[in-house]
Amino acid sequence: MSSQGGVQYSKIAEIKGPLVIVDGVESVAFDELVEIQTTDGQRRLGKVLEVGNGKAIVQVFEGTTGLSISGTSAKFAGKVMEMPVSEQVLGRVFDGLGRPIDGLPDPIAEKFIDINGEPMNPEQREYPRDFIQTGVSVIDGMLTLVRGQKLPIFSGSGMSHNILAAQIARQAAVVGTSDEFAVVFAAIGVQFSEAEYFKRSLEESGALKRSVLFLNLADDPAIERIITPRVALTVAEYLAYDLGMHVLVILTDMTNYAEALREISAAREEVPGRKGYPGYLYTDLSTIYERAGRLRDKKGSVTQMPILTMPSDDITHPIPDLTGYITEGQIVLGRDLFRQGVYPPVNILMSLSRIMKDGIGEGRTRADHQEISNQNYDAYSRAQEVRALAGIVGKAGLTGVDLKYLEVGDGFEKEFLTQGVDENRTIEETLGLQWKIVSLLPKNELTKVKDKFIDQYYKEQ
Amino acid sequence: MVAKGRIVWVSGPAVKADGMSDAKMYETVSVGDAKLIGEVIRLTGDVAFIQVYESTSGLKPGEPVVGTGNPLSVLLGPGIIGQIYDGIQRPLKDLAEKSGSFIGRGITTTPVDMTKKYKFTPKVKVGDTVAPGSVIGSVQETDLIEHGIMVPPDHAGGKITKIVSEGTYDLETELATADNSKTPIKMYHYWPVRKPRPYQSRYDPTIPLLTGQRVIDTFFPIAKGGTGSIPGAFGTGKTVTLHQIAKWADSQVVVYIGCGERGNEMTEVLVEFPHLKDPRTGKPLMDRTVLVANTSNMPVAAREASIYTGVTIAEYYRDMGKDVVLVADSTSRWAEALREMSGRLEEMPAEEGYPSYLASRLAEFYERAGRVRAQGSPDRDGSVTLIGAVSPSGGDFTEPVTTHTMRFIKTFWALDAKLAYSRHYPSINWMNSYSGYLADIGKWWGDNVSKDWFELRREAYGILQREDTLKEIVRLLGPEALPDEEKLILEVARMIKIGILQQNSFDDVDTYCSPQKQFKLLTLLVDFYRKGQAALREGAALADIRAMPVIATLLKARMEVKEEEIAKLDALTGTIESEFKKISGAKITA
Repeated sequence: MSSQGGVQYSKIAEIKGPLVIVDGVESVAFDELVEIQTTDGQRRLGKVLEVGNGKAIVQVFEGTTGLSISGTSAKFAGKVMEMPVSEQVLGRVFDGLGRPIDGLPDPIAEKFIDINGEPMNPEQREYPRDFIQTGVSVIDGMLTLVRGQKLPIFSGSGMSHNILAAQIARQAAVVGTSDEFAVVFAAIGVQFSEAEYFKRSLEESGALKRSVLFLNLADDPAIERIITPRVALTVAEYLAYDLGMHVLVILTDMTNYAEALREISAAREEVPGRKGYPGYLYTDLSTIYERAGRLRDKKGSVTQMPILTMPSDDITHPIPDLTGYITEGQIVLGRDLFRQGVYPPVNILMSLSRIMKDGIGEGRTRADHQEISNQNYDAYSRAQEVRALAGIVGKAGLTGVDLKYLEVGDGFEKEFLTQGVDENRTIEETLGLQWKIVSLLPKNELTKVKDKFIDQYYKEQ
Repeated sequence: MVAKGRIVWVSGPAVKADGMSDAKMYETVSVGDAKLIGEVIRLTGDVAFIQVYESTSGLKPGEPVVGTGNPLSVLLGPGIIGQIYDGIQRPLKDLAEKSGSFIGRGITTTPVDMTKKYKFTPKVKVGDTVAPGSVIGSVQETDLIEHGIMVPPDHAGGKITKIVSEGTYDLETELATADNSKTPIKMYHYWPVRKPRPYQSRYDPTIPLLTGQRVIDTFFPIAKGGTGSIPGAFGTGKTVTLHQIAKWADSQVVVYIGCGERGNEMTEVLVEFPHLKDPRTGKPLMDRTVLVANTSNMPVAAREASIYTGVTIAEYYRDMGKDVVLVADSTSRWAEALREMSGRLEEMPAEEGYPSYLASRLAEFYERAGRVRAQGSPDRDGSVTLIGAVSPSGGDFTEPVTTHTMRFIKTFWALDAKLAYSRHYPSINWMNSYSGYLADIGKWWGDNVSKDWFELRREAYGILQREDTLKEIVRLLGPEALPDEEKLILEVARMIKIGILQQNSFDDVDTYCSPQKQFKLLTLLVDFYRKGQAALREGAALADIRAMPVIATLLKARMEVKEEEIAKLDALTGTIESEFKKISGAKITA
C-alpha cells in the first residue's frame, strides 16, 4: 500500500475481464465500495466480491477498458455502496450508478441508503389487496395488477412491451385517490430511443415531475447494469416507506442485467448452471424482485413491472424461467398476435396474475369479476382448440357450438384485447366487454360462473 | 474446548477461518464482530469452512470466530405452534421487534416465550419407570393441541424420583427427575436438526391423508406417513395446491416451510390462516400450523437449514402421537442452496452443477417421513407426511432435482403448464401422475365411504385413459371420424375434467370436498356414462344426450351443492334417469 494525503491506495495485481485483483490489502470488507483511480486521474467505482489472504477481488462497474497494472490504484471506501436520497430526486435523471446526468446540481441528500437493501421481514409485510386500474382491459379484467405486486412483462425482441409499460405508467398514475403516486424507471442496457420514448411519454402526460429516471443505455458500461436496478429500487423504497408514496418501478430490460451477471461469473471462473448463467441467478434475481411489496404500518407501496425480452421467444430460457418463479405472475406477449397487429398483443393463456384474486371481487371491483374472468379464459382456450381443429377438418366440419367458440375467439381478440395506446377503459367497461364476449355462447356452456351472475349479466345475442 | 479463530477469507455466504482446530463438523459458530450465526461444513487442518446464515456484507478478514460447542439445534417445547420462524428457528416477530420491517443481522432470540406459563397435568407419579420418549405429563398448547411433555430421547429415564403436582409452570421449571440421569426434565429440550428423532417401530402407511382435493384424494391419494412430490413449472399452481393441502389436510399439525420462495406467499398464510376454520374442529387453522419462512432473498445458507428445522419440529409432534403434514415449498431452492455452497467449496460438480451428494441428501430427507410407534410409554402412533414441491428449471422433469426426487417418493402429482394455460386447476396431469398408495388405502375407502369406491375410481380413470388415446385420432382426423360411443367417452371425460378434476380453491364451497361428496360426484358421472352408453345401444341420438339439461347441473354441483346439502346429489340420480327416459322415449315416438 502507498499513502497519498492520508488515503490508502492499493496496487493492482491482475486485471481480468470486469475484475481487478488488488494485492496487499488489509482490513477490507466483503461488499465494500472501491474507487479505482487511473494515472490520468480518471475514477471508476467497484465493489469487493471476495476478500482473503491479502487479496481482494473487485468488480469494476464501468469496466476495465484502459486500465493498466502499473497505472491503476484502488481505494477502499470503508463502507458499502450507498445512494443519497431525498424528495428532490423526483423529476430527475440519473445514470446507471445513480449520478445525475440532467445537468442540474446533485440533489441534497436527506440520507444515504445501502443500495443492496435488506430482506423484508415476511411477518411485517402487508398482503397486497389494492386494485390498480391501468385502463388496459386485458390487464384489469384478466391479469389484475395490485399495489405491492411484482408483475413482469415477458416479451420478445421488437415487440410492443415498452409502449404497453408506458401506457400503464401513464394511466395508472392518473386514476384513483389523492394518494401520491410516483414512477421510477430504470433503463438497463436499452437503446436510447426506447428510453427517450418512455421519458417523452411521461413528460406529455405530466407525470415526469413525479418520476425518477435511471439510464444505463446500450452503449454504457455493461457491469454498471448490476447496480442500476438496485439504485432505482433504493430510491423507490425511500419514496414508498419514508415519504408514503405509491411507487411503480419499471425495470427494462432484465435480460441485459442477467447477461452482465453471467459475464462476472465467467470472469470468476465459477461453475455455471444452465446456459452459462451462474447457479445463484435465482437468488440474485430474487434480491431485486422481492423488493416489491407493502409494509404494515407504512402508507406507501412498491409495485414492480420488470420487462424482459425472452431470447428466441423461449419462455423456458433461464432468465424468464427463474423470473417467473419469483414474480407474482407474468404478462406474456405473443408473437402471433403482434404480427397480426393486435395491441396489446397479450397471450392471456400463458399469462397470469397471482395476486389478482385478492385485489378483485365485491367491494374492490365487482362480485362476478373472478368468475367472468375464468369463463373468458375457458372460452378463449376452447376457441384455440377449435381453431386448431378447424385447421384439420375445415370450418365446414365444425358443429354448432364449436362455431360459436370461433366467434368468441375473434371477438375476444378484436373487441376486448385490442385497444388504443391512449384508450383508458374503466373497470365497468372492461367487465361489460367480458360478458359481451361470453354471451356469444349458449348459457349452458358457462360452467365457471354461478347462475345468479348469469341471470344478472348474460345478454342473449 | 471452544474453538476460537479468526476470519481469513470471505465470499458471499462462505467464510474461512483459521485457528479452528477445536471446531467440530456441523458445529454452530459466531462469526465476526457482528456475531453472525454460522455452521462449520468442512475442516482442513486448522481452517474451518463456515456457511453463514446471515448476510456477510461488511465482514472482514481478521475478525473473530467463536465456536458454541453445539450442533445446529432447535428448541422443542410448547409455544411453537402458531409461530413463524426463519430458517434457524428465530421468530420473525422478535426479529421485527429488534430490527424493524427489514431483517437485521446478529440478532439472537429464543424460539418460544420461556416465561409463558402453561397448566401442566402430570401423567406419571414418583416410582413409575420412564424410558426415553415417555410422556410424563401434558400442557394445552393451543385450543387444538394437547402437547405431551416427553422425556428427551437423549435422556436415560429411569424411576421417577420427583415430579411437580398439577399447576401452572413456565418452560424453565424442573418438572421431574428420573434416577438414571442427573439432568432434570423440563417442558422443553433441544434436538440437533440433522439427526432424525428416534422411534420404536415403523408401520406401512395404510390410512389416506385426506386433503379435500378431489384429484388428490380420489385419483392420486397420499397416505399418512407417506411421501409426495409436486413438480411444476412456474404458474402451474404449485403454491396454491400446497396451501390447499396445508389448509384442509386431516392432520393435527401442519409444518409449512417456505424455502426460498416469495415473501408475499408467507404473508398470505399468516393473514389467511387465523381466519380459516378447520372443517373438523371449527377452530382457526393457525392453531395447528407452524411456519418456517426463509424467502428467496433471505440468506441462502439458512435456506438449506430451514428444511431440517421444519422436519425436526414435525418429528417432535409425531412423537406425541400426532399426524403431522410437512409441506416444503420448494425443495429445488434448497437444492440450489446446496449447489451454491458446494460451488464455493470448489467441490467437483455432478449434473447441472449440483453436488454429487444431492441424491443422498434428498433420500435422507424423504426417509424422515413415516407412520411410527413412538418411543416410551404410553403407546402412541404418529406420522409425518412429507410433501415437497419441485420447481424444475424450464418445466423440464428430466432435470436432476425432479429425477432424483422421483426415486424417493411414492405419490407424484405432475403439474402441467398446458392445463394451467387453459385454467384447468389444479393442473395435476392425470396421465403423468401416480400414487403408490392406492392399493394400501383402498381398504380405508371401502370401510369408511363405500365398498364400490375402488371399482368406481377404476372405471372413471379408464374413461380418462380412453379419452387420451382417442384424442390422438381426433387430432388427426377430426371428431367425426369416431363412432358415437367413443364420442360419448370424450363427452364424459370432459365432464369428469370439469366436474371432478377441476377445483376452484377460491370458491367458498368448492375449496374443500369431503370424501363422501367426492364419492357421490364420481358416482353421478359414472352413472351418467353407463346410462349414456346404454341409451346409445338402444338407438338414442348422441346430440340428444349432449343437449340434456342435467349436464350443466352435474358440472356445477361441485360449486353449487354445499357439504351440508350433499343429499341433494342423490336426487340428481333420479334427474339423470328421467332425462334419459325422455330421450329414449323421443326416439321411440319418432
